[in-house]
Amino acid sequence: MAGKTLYDKLWEDHLVRADEDGTSLIYIDRHLVHEVTSPQAFEGLRLAGRDVWRRDSILAVPDHNVPTIDRQVIEDPVSRIQIETLDQNCADFKLVEFKMNDIRQGIVHVIGPEQGATLPGMTVVCGDSHTSTHGAFGALAFGIGTSEVEHVLATQCLILKKSKNMQVVVEGNVAPGITAKDIALAIIGQIGTAGGTGYVIEYAGAAIRALSMEGRMTLCNMTIEAGARAGMVAVDDTTVDYFRGKPYAPRDALWDQAVAAWSELKSDRDAQFDAVVHIDAASIKPQVTWGTSPEMVVTIDERVPDPAAETNVVKAEGMQRALEYMGLEANTPIQQIQVDKVFIGSCTNSRIEDIRAAAEIVKGRKLADNVKLAMVVAGSGLIKQQAEQEGLDKVFTDAGFEWREPGCSMCLAMNADRLEPGERCASTSNRNFEGRQGQGGRTHLVSPAMAAGAAIAGHFVDVRNLSAT
Amino acid sequence: MQAFTVVEGLVAPIDRANIDTDAVIPKQYLKSVKRTGFGPNLFDEWRYLDHGEPGQDHSQRRQNPDFVLNQPRYQGAQILLARKNFGCGSSREHAVWALADYGFRAVIAPSFADIFFGNAFKNGVLPIQLDEEVVDRLFRDVDATEGYTLKIDLAAQSITAANGEVIGFEVDPFRKDCLLKGLDDISLTLQHADAIKAYEAHRSAQAPWLFAVA
Ligand code: SF4
Repeated sequence: MAGKTLYDKLWEDHLVRADEDGTSLIYIDRHLVHEVTSPQAFEGLRLAGRDVWRRDSILAVPDHNVPTIDRQVIEDPVSRIQIETLDQNCADFKLVEFKMNDIRQGIVHVIGPEQGATLPGMTVVCGDSHTSTHGAFGALAFGIGTSEVEHVLATQCLILKKSKNMQVVVEGNVAPGITAKDIALAIIGQIGTAGGTGYVIEYAGAAIRALSMEGRMTLCNMTIEAGARAGMVAVDDTTVDYFRGKPYAPRDALWDQAVAAWSELKSDRDAQFDAVVHIDAASIKPQVTWGTSPEMVVTIDERVPDPAAETNVVKAEGMQRALEYMGLEANTPIQQIQVDKVFIGSCTNSRIEDIRAAAEIVKGRKLADNVKLAMVVAGSGLIKQQAEQEGLDKVFTDAGFEWREPGCSMCLAMNADRLEPGERCASTSNRNFEGRQGQGGRTHLVSPAMAAGAAIAGHFVDVRNLSAT
Repeated sequence: MQAFTVVEGLVAPIDRANIDTDAVIPKQYLKSVKRTGFGPNLFDEWRYLDHGEPGQDHSQRRQNPDFVLNQPRYQGAQILLARKNFGCGSSREHAVWALADYGFRAVIAPSFADIFFGNAFKNGVLPIQLDEEVVDRLFRDVDATEGYTLKIDLAAQSITAANGEVIGFEVDPFRKDCLLKGLDDISLTLQHADAIKAYEAHRSAQAPWLFAVA
């Protein structure tokens, strides 16, 4: 019999029961909750007279709506009600919540790992598609809808059918200046935004092993943009070291026991995958999206593609529509595209390593005149504090950037941070959909270093040619 | 949940691939703490020419006459026809709530994003996956025939066109059963409460650190 994949193992470890047709009840270890997708779930519990099954599995935090400038007042009354509703629900059901002004507050997918609330071998869910981020630790982590949030609150389980196994092998080493974000976008560019549909992806290969935990989180975060339910990376020393001393991580004898168990969290050598994709790390260059889907991506030395060269009619029409929305001409060199705003943040790229990478480019330079606003939004209060201790906030503010309070911010513009119609943004977030960063706003997805480079040059540049000053 | 047995209704086509949930319901409407009332804001940025905010009287806004759902021939549509990867992007269940609130009971497409697909079943909206060629033909038929309707019979797993043509479709048996009966799956799961407790007892012996959380 063939060996098991990491996903097979995690699935079996959490299987409560299964019907003959494969419909399974899967146990959930960690449930992360935020203000946008939970109110209707708590309302459902109340209406049915149900209680929460396991309080200590839940960690709640407001992130999507929180203001990033003044935390004393939330001007938008609808946002305020949503955050107050979360506070009230957590109080009523006695759940742990990092409130808006807690130093530990931040984007739900940043704080889970940072606190050690996400651990290897866990099943992790959240009413948010980017829950795939937590798979970086050898966990099975995926986003769910609000009905499922209610289901997990009430039963600690989900009704699921197993996905198929896909392995994405990134062989060799990436060139200097190439980040996890570039790897993620290159993969999506190759397999497409529906390429992973029906699968759980395990990332493997030397280039993945070489990534820090931050980088692995960026990669797993973007897995949902490839359509896969979850993305994961096997546990190794990098993973274990990450959790040492984290507040919610096990200690003493439990730590040793946990670490021993975690060493099993990898695919067997003879495991069978339903699909395997190979990528040559050395061929990956800095990536920039040009359209309104993350698969519409090219490298920094390329041009905006021409729909006339596309033979598939539906695809060509989609490209044409994207060009119109983005206000771009086919065949324009990417490096000639000017930006109005720059956003460094989001659960994809707002960790300390991302902020350091951007700071390295920005240091000693100034924002280009045509850039109206450039902002850095750390993923959590603790990251912001760490960056300030390293003096990085000064690097950014000296260059003319804004240094903001943690939250989702302009990743989806539910708070006051947004693009105006027609404005063009270099963004380290994960989605370039129409209107994502504000109605009529135009988003180009890039790595933190590339966003910093665009802020300084006023247009996209190849950061490999920008030496630190 | 509203049960789904047989739905016979007008078909509205949106000829785009990768329709994401940000397009189905833009973020400003996610601030609601309710499950209802999203219908007027379904496809908001495509449907209206001006920018909308929650709490507005949407009937007074400027409609985009070119958008399919605003055309008189598609008023009252219950079945949505779309291209591949429908519902990609965010997990927001508000996307399904908006479709349902507007009056859609089924979406037909060559493929769906996973989370959207699951969310739809939980709200009485049936996502039907058909081969790309069949969807292609349906687009042509809908376009050519004003008042084009389809009859979807979930129990029989069949779609019947007005000319009598029948198209079969696949559906997961468990989801089908829940949808036919309008079952609440939380109560179904709670029938297995003993199995969940037994799992917890076994697992906490095997991996105690997962249960010793602060
Ligand atoms: S940062 Fe963006 S993608 Fe991440 S959870 Fe927040 S809104 Fe979602």
